[in-house]
Amino acid sequence: MNSDTRATLIKQGAIWAFIAVELAFFSIAGEFLAVTDQAFMDFDNMLLLLKQSAPIGIIALGMTIVMINGNIDLSVGATYALAAIVLLDSMTWPIFAGLGDWVIPVSWALALLTGTVLGAVNGLIVWKTGVDAFIVTLGAMLGYRGLVFMYNGEQPTSHLNWTLVDFAEAQFLGLHTATWFLLGTALVLWLVMTKTVHGRNAYAIGNNREAAVNAGIRVGPHFLINFMLIGFLAALSAVVFYSESGSVNPNDGMLFELWAITAVVLGGTKLMGGYGSIVATLGGVIAIQLLRKGLGHIGAGTETVNLVIGLILIAVLFLDRQLNRRGREALKI
Amino acid sequence: MNDHVPALRLEGIVKTFPGVRALDDVSFNVMPGEVHALMGENGAGKSTLMKVLGGIYAPDAGRIYIAEEPTEMTSPIHAKAKGVVFIHQELSLADELTVAENIFLGELPRKSLGRVDWRKLFAETDAILKTLNVGFNARTRVGDLSIANQQMVEIARALTVDPRAVIFDEPTASLTDAEKSVLFEVIADLKSRGVGIIYISHRMEEIFKITDRISVLRDGQYRGTLETAKTNEEEVTHLMIGRTLDLSRNASHHEMGDVALEVRGLSCGDLFEDVSFKVRRGEVVGFYGLVGAGRTEIAETIFGLRDPSAGSILLDGEEVRITSPQDAIRRGISLVPEDRKAQGLVLGMNCRDNITLPQVDDMTAGPFVSDGAEVAIFDLYRDKLDIRTPGWRQTVGNLSGGNQQKIVIGKWLSMHPSVLIVDEPTRGIDVGSKSEIHNLIRDLAAQGYAVIVISSEMPEVLHVSDRIVAMYSGRIMREFTSEEVTEDSLIQAISGLTGDKVA
Repeated sequence: MNSDTRATLIKQGAIWAFIAVELAFFSIAGEFLAVTDQAFMDFDNMLLLLKQSAPIGIIALGMTIVMINGNIDLSVGATYALAAIVLLDSMTWPIFAGLGDWVIPVSWALALLTGTVLGAVNGLIVWKTGVDAFIVTLGAMLGYRGLVFMYNGEQPTSHLNWTLVDFAEAQFLGLHTATWFLLGTALVLWLVMTKTVHGRNAYAIGNNREAAVNAGIRVGPHFLINFMLIGFLAALSAVVFYSESGSVNPNDGMLFELWAITAVVLGGTKLMGGYGSIVATLGGVIAIQLLRKGLGHIGAGTETVNLVIGLILIAVLFLDRQLNRRGREALKI
Repeated sequence: MNDHVPALRLEGIVKTFPGVRALDDVSFNVMPGEVHALMGENGAGKSTLMKVLGGIYAPDAGRIYIAEEPTEMTSPIHAKAKGVVFIHQELSLADELTVAENIFLGELPRKSLGRVDWRKLFAETDAILKTLNVGFNARTRVGDLSIANQQMVEIARALTVDPRAVIFDEPTASLTDAEKSVLFEVIADLKSRGVGIIYISHRMEEIFKITDRISVLRDGQYRGTLETAKTNEEEVTHLMIGRTLDLSRNASHHEMGDVALEVRGLSCGDLFEDVSFKVRRGEVVGFYGLVGAGRTEIAETIFGLRDPSAGSILLDGEEVRITSPQDAIRRGISLVPEDRKAQGLVLGMNCRDNITLPQVDDMTAGPFVSDGAEVAIFDLYRDKLDIRTPGWRQTVGNLSGGNQQKIVIGKWLSMHPSVLIVDEPTRGIDVGSKSEIHNLIRDLAAQGYAVIVISSEMPEVLHVSDRIVAMYSGRIMREFTSEEVTEDSLIQAISGLTGDKVA
């Protein structure tokens, strides 16, 4: 094994080592500080953690691909909310009244289609205008959120379908439905990024766009596919979450884009593209959720949680930079 | 200043990195008013030595003397304060600022309350620019200057401290011949003021034109110093690579096939105009000219990266319209671009994935890319081109320039093109790898490829080409066969001195 491979392995393993440290810390600290008698590493507690990771996790996995490709998508939170509204509202539409529970797959399809179309709009604009994805999706973030408010004003959109709730709360082989969606998404995207032509080309474009063009790769279609993919996943995330909760507020999903990006970056994916891993993002997602739950377990409030996560994110990136510096060649600033 | 005391002297410099002895007991000196060439293959230790000199690396052993005074360098700013200034190959200027601000960046003259003393700033800058005899002034925005003039700004920056020694690192890499001669005048002027100059370059021609002595490094070791007037290219090359090198005129004659590529009256805006030429199978056609003569643009047009405004391209006698690189690749045209790092390679990817990049679409088994097929292609071209890498997993960014270039060439050979265009095949590549690449190009022609080589180095063009097309300002001035070409006629043609187009 050469040193290159070893370095890559260490980097991809780092996030899992971090998770192990978190587990150990919260288990021990929990003995003294816990507000409940329940142990932190309790099996049911861990299963719940995975389930709670799912909404942002599914989006973060999609964000990984978009970021490897050299873009970013800030509109996922708004897409998530809009897909949720379409999901819940369409179940009450008169034209579907005769379908009974068959309305569920129809509503799911409509919600997923909504996400995919919104993603396609982002992708087409980035492709055809050449405007930076950050700006395009910043605009889309505001615009799509506007659509959410146009739909029902400040009112929540609610509809509970008990068959759907039963499905969403079900456990198969111990894991919750949402967890299965998270793991399934991770598996599919991992295969896409490591084994398919699309994945290979996405890395190449993110790492050196000009060289990719010179190798005959059409950059635009890859952008489009990835934006459609993340739109679809934002909607899938909404489908998974709102099947259970049954009520969406117009402000739901705000800051999801930033949490997703935090998880992706914590997993080691580079902001400028060309480098990153789906599995490591899954680690990043779990690490954040562990921090939230663990700090809650030892009695810290939400504001403390956010402060700690923010500090850890910066510390991790600083460490990453230290480890990646070769000699002292990096600029001192 | 005492003329017998070296402006700068290095003694027994040692620098080791984990596993590598990058510099092993290196000593040499530069006298005031001397231009001293520092030569060596890539990886010989020149950059490391310069970083020691600039205070970026601390040496493990050895001393640096400035005018015989032992000095410890702690940072480039410290080095500059001691009178040792670097003119880097990659310019580091702020495009949006004026020439004056760039020159005095970090030490702008001030008035009270931290206000910038603009009048003083511009006056002092114009005084320095005057000594350099340049055609721009202190208030020009740096982004509006040519590369050559930006380099002059870097030099002007060096002159703010009355330097003892100036180090030029590959200063002519992106300069035209006219710009080069301006640079050489400036160097001569510095020399006459008693400044010691270290001149790092791969270009023998320049070394022999402007330097007084040549010091050579090989594998981190000092190999000796030669007096330029008493040595020749062969001796220097021998010191650098430990063997002699064939850089003679191309003299091979093998069978030529049919015309593979013909271009008729091709134009593209004001980049190039009315360009016509043919390339046969088995032939290497060299395109020689100054930077900006339109050679790269012609290649990019043939490869579908630019749309021509007039004219036609024929492949095997049939007119084709090439609209995109994918289109060009499908028709059997390959382009090894000018800047391999920026345009040719995905530096963060491994060797195998870089080689198979253009054809990975066709290498799938079911929905997935077939690993085995890819490794087979990598193995084939690693052996064919003698690519030296620990394995296909090696990240391309970690290979040497010569091996990187072979990866790019391997990538295109694996597409089995009929026309191969190679733009600046050996830019920034060390002498040893250079001749390997040259032999490779000759071999490819012998195997029946139609090859176009674009180069700014005359010895290279003369060495590899069967025919040479000389370009000036977007037009073909003249075509030479390898028998009739002379260096003088070639230089005249690319300088636009022949006036009329001679057939």
